[in-house]
Amino acid sequence: MSDKSGMASLSPGSRLLLTRIPLGLMTLLLASVVVFTATQVLPGDAARAVLGRTATPESLAALRAQLNLDSPSSVQYLLWLRGIVTADPGTSLVNGLPVWSSIAPRIANSLALMLITAAISVSLAIVFGVVAAVRRGWVDATLSASALAISAIPPFVLGMIMIILFATTVFRWLPAVSYLRPGVSIWSTPSAIVLPVATLALVVFPYVFRMTRTSLIEVLSSDYIEMARLKGVSMRRIIFRHALPNALAPVAQVIALTLAYLVGGVVAVEYVFGFPGMGQGLVDAINARDIPTIQFIVLALATFYVAVNILADYIALMLTPRLRTTGRQAA
Amino acid sequence: MSSDTVVTGSGEAKRTGLLTRLGAKGVVGLFCCLSVTAFAVLAPWVIPGSPLDFVAAPFMSPGPGLPLGGDALGRDALVRVAHGGYQILALSFCAAVIGVLSGALIGISAAYARGLLDNVLMRGLDVVLAFPQTILALLFVSILGPRWWIIMGIVAVIHVPEVARVVRAASLRIVGEEFVQFAEMAGTSTPRIIIREILPNLLNVVAVEFGLRLTYSIAIISVLSFLGFGQQPPIPDWGLMINENRIGLTVNPWPVLVPVMLIAILTIGINLVADALLQRSPIEKE
Repeated sequence: MSDKSGMASLSPGSRLLLTRIPLGLMTLLLASVVVFTATQVLPGDAARAVLGRTATPESLAALRAQLNLDSPSSVQYLLWLRGIVTADPGTSLVNGLPVWSSIAPRIANSLALMLITAAISVSLAIVFGVVAAVRRGWVDATLSASALAISAIPPFVLGMIMIILFATTVFRWLPAVSYLRPGVSIWSTPSAIVLPVATLALVVFPYVFRMTRTSLIEVLSSDYIEMARLKGVSMRRIIFRHALPNALAPVAQVIALTLAYLVGGVVAVEYVFGFPGMGQGLVDAINARDIPTIQFIVLALATFYVAVNILADYIALMLTPRLRTTGRQAA
Repeated sequence: MSSDTVVTGSGEAKRTGLLTRLGAKGVVGLFCCLSVTAFAVLAPWVIPGSPLDFVAAPFMSPGPGLPLGGDALGRDALVRVAHGGYQILALSFCAAVIGVLSGALIGISAAYARGLLDNVLMRGLDVVLAFPQTILALLFVSILGPRWWIIMGIVAVIHVPEVARVVRAASLRIVGEEFVQFAEMAGTSTPRIIIREILPNLLNVVAVEFGLRLTYSIAIISVLSFLGFGQQPPIPDWGLMINENRIGLTVNPWPVLVPVMLIAILTIGINLVADALLQRSPIEKE
């Protein structure tokens, strides 16, 4: 903002990215310090925690050397950060395998889960949002009340409700857990991912639905829609050609924020269904006190979260003509 | 006699006033959360038996004397449900109160001070917001240990940035009002202006935030228990019970079903009340 002369020549979009990406990187750097410090204060010595009762003085010393536990904290931090940046976050304390190779498939699984969820949930939410905005009355009231109720329920409780309804007590249509052997693709057993996807879809549905509905209602009450109506344009055409494209700008931002919100929900939901993703991996790693794995997964989740948030702001800027042309920052 | 009727009369008037303000949805919500709260608080005293006694076979079906059957270890599921709610409620309530109050004070201070303090506070909170908050809670609670005050403190801290942002936006209108300037001229101290002059004008905003934060507190605290980082066995706790008993869902669903329904009804109820307050509040109209 201060060096206007240098940045004035840039388009608002690139200016936003130029300020937000360094800020995002700073946030991640700060996050890495927090994660590292937090895992440092774990009670007891990490080497002793790992080896447990089988520890001998020699094996303790060897592991301490491997983990750089004898160097000062700042050196440990820098060595660890270098490892993270070069995609070599060390080896798991539990099975001795490189963290990257055991977590990478989980990241892929989680990403697939989140993207499938987002695609299904967002399209359904937009359709229902349009229906609710056009059919004010009992249809709108029912949809809005359901969305409000669903948004209140914690994701893991929603997951348990799905299991009770569709996998165990009421109907037994689907598997309650998506146990997959390591290395087996999640696509090999499609039925295993139906319930996790359905649960997460319900978790994010209310936000996109509400935004579509509010935004479309607002656009439908504007003068140019009134004008089109007076000219005798059909309702279908008004909604799909005139109103919806203008109503979708705030919705696009909510969709990106929804993906960020999924990062929080995905941990509990993966755990409920035993889905082999990052969230389940994080819970396992915490239970096993597997510090390098914890650090890596938390940072991976944070990176995704920060990236999606920047994307949300960028989309909002690009889809809002007023902000795009005057070059004002999306506050 | 006459004073008696006056008291009941004004009491009635106040109650109907609140109920009409809430509307039908809000009243349903209020009923939901009050009944779950009443159950969580009263059931430990009303329902006899110890939540730690083994009285049945594991996952025994409901029968005489065991309305919900046995849990994973053969304890009375109903007694455990009865004893498993008040910690979640008390912790969530305290976390929401602390988080909303500190967030509100920070928000008002930032709006009132403007300038450097405003910038520093709000940018600092942006950094906290830029981090996935459930993950933050999970990380710290798993590391610092599942002690109740740690859980409460972390959940409270998580609420602060968002509450501060909302309250700051709402108080920007108020800090410029005449009565604030009068108080300044009268030499009122800054903390007094913030608490006695500005805060009372934001009660509606704070109430809505409190409702939302309470739902969120319950969600985080119960999921921490569910994942095994909250209350530790053998303490009865709704979140923990859901996890302990879910392997036996096909044999005896009740020890899972009842806590699931209680948490769902409670959070839906609070959300309905918060939504009703939001629709009646002036910020909605802007």
